[in-house]
Amino acid sequence: MAASPHTLSSRLLAGGAGGCVWYLERRAAQGSPHRFMHLFRNAGKQWVTFQHFAFLKRMYVTQLNRSLRQQIKPKSEPMTSSFLEKSSSSQAKAEVYEMKPFAPSSLSLPRKPNETKLIELEPASIIEGSVDVGKETKDEKQWKEMKLRVDDLPGILARLSKIKLTALVVSTTSAGFALAPGPFDLSCFLLTSLGTGLASCAANSINQFFEVPFDSNMNRTKNRPLVRGQISPLLAVAFATCCAVPGVALLTWGVNPLTGALGLFNIFLYTCCYTPLKRVSIANTWVGAVVGAIPPVMGWTAATGSLDAGAFLLGGILYSWQFPHFNALSWGLREDYSRGGYCMMSVTHPALCRRVALRHCLALLALSAAAPALGVTTWTFPAIALPINLYISYLGFRFYVDADRKSSRKLFFCSLWHLPLLLLLMLTCKRPADRDGGQPRS
Amino acid sequence: MAAWRVLGKRRLPPLAARGWRLAPERGAECGEAAPGRASRFCPPRKSGHDWIGPPDKLSNLRPVHFHVPEHESPAEQKLRELRQETQDWNQRFWARQNLAFRKEKEEFIHSRLKEKGLGLRTESGQKATLNAEEMADFYKEFLSKNFQKHMCYNRDWYRRNLAITYLMGRVALERAWDRLRPKPKTRS
Repeated sequence: MAASPHTLSSRLLAGGAGGCVWYLERRAAQGSPHRFMHLFRNAGKQWVTFQHFAFLKRMYVTQLNRSLRQQIKPKSEPMTSSFLEKSSSSQAKAEVYEMKPFAPSSLSLPRKPNETKLIELEPASIIEGSVDVGKETKDEKQWKEMKLRVDDLPGILARLSKIKLTALVVSTTSAGFALAPGPFDLSCFLLTSLGTGLASCAANSINQFFEVPFDSNMNRTKNRPLVRGQISPLLAVAFATCCAVPGVALLTWGVNPLTGALGLFNIFLYTCCYTPLKRVSIANTWVGAVVGAIPPVMGWTAATGSLDAGAFLLGGILYSWQFPHFNALSWGLREDYSRGGYCMMSVTHPALCRRVALRHCLALLALSAAAPALGVTTWTFPAIALPINLYISYLGFRFYVDADRKSSRKLFFCSLWHLPLLLLLMLTCKRPADRDGGQPRS
Repeated sequence: MAAWRVLGKRRLPPLAARGWRLAPERGAECGEAAPGRASRFCPPRKSGHDWIGPPDKLSNLRPVHFHVPEHESPAEQKLRELRQETQDWNQRFWARQNLAFRKEKEEFIHSRLKEKGLGLRTESGQKATLNAEEMADFYKEFLSKNFQKHMCYNRDWYRRNLAITYLMGRVALERAWDRLRPKPKTRS
C-alpha cells in the first residue's frame, strides 16, 4: 500500500488522462506475473500426477504444459541446453526435491532416457527436463540484455529526469513569472520555463544516479531506469550534464544572471545537499523545502530581475506547502525508510513531524493574508483562499491529533489539489498595475 | 549423446543451433565470472553486452552478468572487476540488512504480542500483526541502531559509484579513440 499513494499522486500531478493510463498500465503489468506463476504451479502439479503414466501420455501433458507457459523459444533448444549447463543438475535436484511423490532414484531419470533416446526421439528430452527447464527459462526470461535501444531512450530519459515532477516545478516557476509585476514577456517566459525544466531534469537525474541501491529497496522507486539497468550511470551523468549546462546557460544569458545563479544553486542544493543529507539527518526535509521554494522565486526574478518581497512571499508559500505534503506522505513509508536507512522525521521524531505539518498549514493562512499586504494580490485573495486554507489546516490538525494512516493520506491528497488551486486563485487576484506608473507598490 | 561428445566441445550440437546456451566451457566461465546466486544464467555467446537479471530475493538488487570481451584492455578489466566487486559488496550488505530487518521485526512483533497477552496467530489462523503506530517504535529503534553502519556504507557507496562512473568515462574515451585513430596494419 505504501506504493499506492505515490502512484496516485503522480496521476493527479500529471493532471489528467495521461497519468490515469500510466497508472492503470502499471497495475496491469503488475498483475500478469502472478497469473503466470499460478498457471505454472498448476502445470507442475499436473506433471507430477502424470509422471507414472505411459511415455506417450507424458509427452502429451508436457506439450500442454509448454503451451500454457507460452514459451517463445523453439522446442528443442531449452531441453538440450539444460543438459549442457552445469547448473542444470542442481536445478533438477531442487525441482525433484520439491515434488514429494518422486523417489530419490528419479534424479537419474532426467539424464538416462535422453542419453539413449536423444537422437531417436527428440521430444523425449522435453519431458524430463520440462519443469526444470520451465523454471530456468522463466528466470532466464527475466534477464535482459543491457543494450540501449534508441527507441526506448525518450521514455527512459523521461523517467530518469522525473518528467512529471519537472512539469510541476516548471508550472510553479510559470506561476511566479505570471504573478510578478510588469508586462508579460512571452519569449522571456518560454526561456525561463525551458531553462528551469532543463535544470530540474539534470538535478533529478543526478539524484537517481546517487541513489541506485536505496531506490532498489523501496517499493516506490524500484522501477527507476538506473535500478533496472536500462541506462548506464555514465549515460545518466552525461544526460544530466547535457541538461544542466544549456539550462543554466539559457537562464543566465537568455533571461538574467540572477535567475541563472538561482538555478545553479538549486541544482547544487538538491544534488549535493538534500540527496546525501537524506541519509544523515532529518534536516533534509527543511533543505528539500527550500529546493521546492526556489523555482517560483526564479520565475519572479526572471520577470522583474530582482528579489522583491513578492518573490520571498511566493517562495515562502511553496516552502510552507512542502511540509504538510511531504510529512503526510512519509507517514506511510516509515517501514521502507527505516529499512533503507533514510533519516526522516516520520521515523525518528514522529511528534515533531506532525507538529511541523500543522504549523506550516497555519503558516499558509498567514502568508495568504500577507500577499495583499505586500502588493502581490488584492484583498480578495485571502478571502477566497480562506476555505481551502482552513480545510488543509483542519486536516493538518486531524493528522496532528490522530497520527494515523487515514489522516495522513487525507492530508497528502489535499495538498495535491491545494497548491495548484491556491496559485490559480493568486493569479486571478493578481494586483493590477497602477494607471500612472505601471508598477504596483510593493 | 556419445556422438555429440565425439564432435568436440567447440562444435555446435545439431539441436542447439542458435548459439543460445552452448558449450560447457561457457557454463564454466559463467560460474567463475559471477560466483553466487546469479551464476545459473548464461547469456548468449553472440551477445557483446552485459545482462541484468531480476531483483534478488534478499537484497532486492538486480545482479549483472558482466560480458568479458575478447580483447579486453587493462582499463576495461579494471572497470569490470570494480563493478563485480561492488556488486558483490552491495549484495552482501543489503542481503544482511534486509534479513536483519525481517528477523528483528518478527522478534519485536512476538515480544509485543506476548506483552499484550495475544497469541502469534489470530482466530482466523493468520499471522498476527501490529498496526503501524505500534511498529513505529521498532522502525525508530532499527534506524538508530544501524545509523553508523549506514554512514560507512554511504561513504563507500558514493566513492565506488563515482570511481565506476569515472572508469566508464575513461573506457568510453579509449574506445572512441581506438575507433577514430588511424588503424595499424592488420595481422595476416
